[in-house]
Amino acid sequence: MAFGAFASTATAPAEPVVRRRSRVALWLLLPGILYLALFFLAPLLSLVITSFQAPVEFGDIGQYQTAFKWENYTTVIGTYGPHIVRSFVFAATATVAALLFSFPLAYFIGVKLRRFPLLQALALTLVIAPFFISFLLRTLAWKQLLSDESWLVSSLHGLQLLPPGAHVTGTAFSVIFGLTYNFIPFMTLPIYASLERLDLRYVEAGGDLYASPASTFLRVTVPLAAPGIISGALLTFIPAAGDYINASRDFLGSTDTAMIGNVIEANFLVLQNYPAAAALSLILMVAILIPVSVYVVRSGTDDLL
Amino acid sequence: MNSFSRWFGRYALWIYSVLAFAFLLVPIVYTIVFSFNDSRRSNIVWRGFTLDNWTSVCESQGVCEAFGNSVLVGVAATLIATTLGTMIAIALVRFRFPFRNSTTLLLFLPMATPEVVLGAGLAAEFLTAGVQKGIGTVILAHTMFCISFVVVTVRARVASLDPALEEAGRDLYASPAQVFLRVTFPLLLPGIVAAALLSFALSFDDFIITNFNSGSFVTFPKYVYTAAARGIPAEANVIASAVFIIAIVFVVTSQVSAAARRKRLARQG
Repeated sequence: MAFGAFASTATAPAEPVVRRRSRVALWLLLPGILYLALFFLAPLLSLVITSFQAPVEFGDIGQYQTAFKWENYTTVIGTYGPHIVRSFVFAATATVAALLFSFPLAYFIGVKLRRFPLLQALALTLVIAPFFISFLLRTLAWKQLLSDESWLVSSLHGLQLLPPGAHVTGTAFSVIFGLTYNFIPFMTLPIYASLERLDLRYVEAGGDLYASPASTFLRVTVPLAAPGIISGALLTFIPAAGDYINASRDFLGSTDTAMIGNVIEANFLVLQNYPAAAALSLILMVAILIPVSVYVVRSGTDDLL
Repeated sequence: MNSFSRWFGRYALWIYSVLAFAFLLVPIVYTIVFSFNDSRRSNIVWRGFTLDNWTSVCESQGVCEAFGNSVLVGVAATLIATTLGTMIAIALVRFRFPFRNSTTLLLFLPMATPEVVLGAGLAAEFLTAGVQKGIGTVILAHTMFCISFVVVTVRARVASLDPALEEAGRDLYASPAQVFLRVTFPLLLPGIVAAALLSFALSFDDFIITNFNSGSFVTFPKYVYTAAARGIPAEANVIASAVFIIAIVFVVTSQVSAAARRKRLARQG
């Protein structure tokens, strides 16, 4: 995945090195791999075990014992079905919105600014600038800017573009808006990385062969940018589907907009219903793994990192 | 009209991009402006300009403590993740070993897993193992999600390293340790520094995983989250603005100096 786009070390690969076989490799890999086994794989296993647990009989709240209570899954799907569906609808909408916003911007930075390297670097800095200010505070800033007292919303009311009594915050719109805003850089950077390498002679060739600008765009530019679009879509969709800040009541959402992340948090940290939280987490994980594994199979493991 | 539409066609992308950049900056400007607000309890309505929030930033209950905790966690997680990740990156580029594909997949998956799943999983593990949540569990969690990003960043640098330079060192009778310390490591350093900065940034701004694994330990994002219900003090804006300004100055100077260096090299070449 074009996570490398964030590294931006901008170095051309040297000639391929002949990889040696050596014991040294084992000692270099072992600590990090053990760490990930212990704090990435083992937690996933704990989630599986926890998701089947049953409450201890006559026990306190939050006390569970190992069991094979697969009903936990049917219960959470029954109770939180709307939240699960809403998460994927919101995340998919935000991904499409971020794509529509990002493509022209990435084209501008990657193609139009090609002749001005310094300007291009500064434009990229502007794209990632939101990352340098606290995620929570920038979301709260939008909450204030879209609140009923803000000049934006009161002028919309004044111009009667917004029906009386209608709010902007606490709606599906504001949650999707927040998700889109917060994850735009994840979409713009990978698309930029593909367009930056776009050989403009292909686009010229399209024109020479009497293709209209629109069909050149659709049949030359977009296919060549496809790897960036796919990476960007995954990088936006994954964090958006699991996010619970934007949809939270104290931020851009309300109880009607709660997503799967909100109910996982509530079940784990407030209600102490660990099996429900674990089952919901695994449902989210599996749903994310479907598009991710398609991506892995198509790109091959060598190009993953 | 015709000349206008031609003019618009030529500059539409420029106009759009300027507006898009402005849109991206809106909440940043808002946060910085409201760090100067003469607010009382909640920082929502503009009540006049003051420097008090900046000069007495630590007077607000707990802001500076939370900030200090975040720096501490960020530094610790960055040190561990950068060390482990750099070792993996070198192994991936330079060596052949069995289970290569599984290793790559194991490094890729944490980046493709939603944070809420990582957070809940670790919390479930700590719960089962009976580990008390606190600063230790937060550092363990942050290190975990930083490792993969370090590997990606450093790997690019290792791949661009010319092996002839290390060969030259060996030809001059340097021991393997000397080659590493005096040739390989200095050449990898820019990549390692970039990876460390990325790790620190990821750790410093993480909320979701921290929230699941911190217990009563408060980091800066957690402070903001808890305060959001009753109103954020302007001092939180001060800290976020200061961090933003430092980061942006750092990035812009490094870009300008890199551009100047490239220009100089191009002139020489």
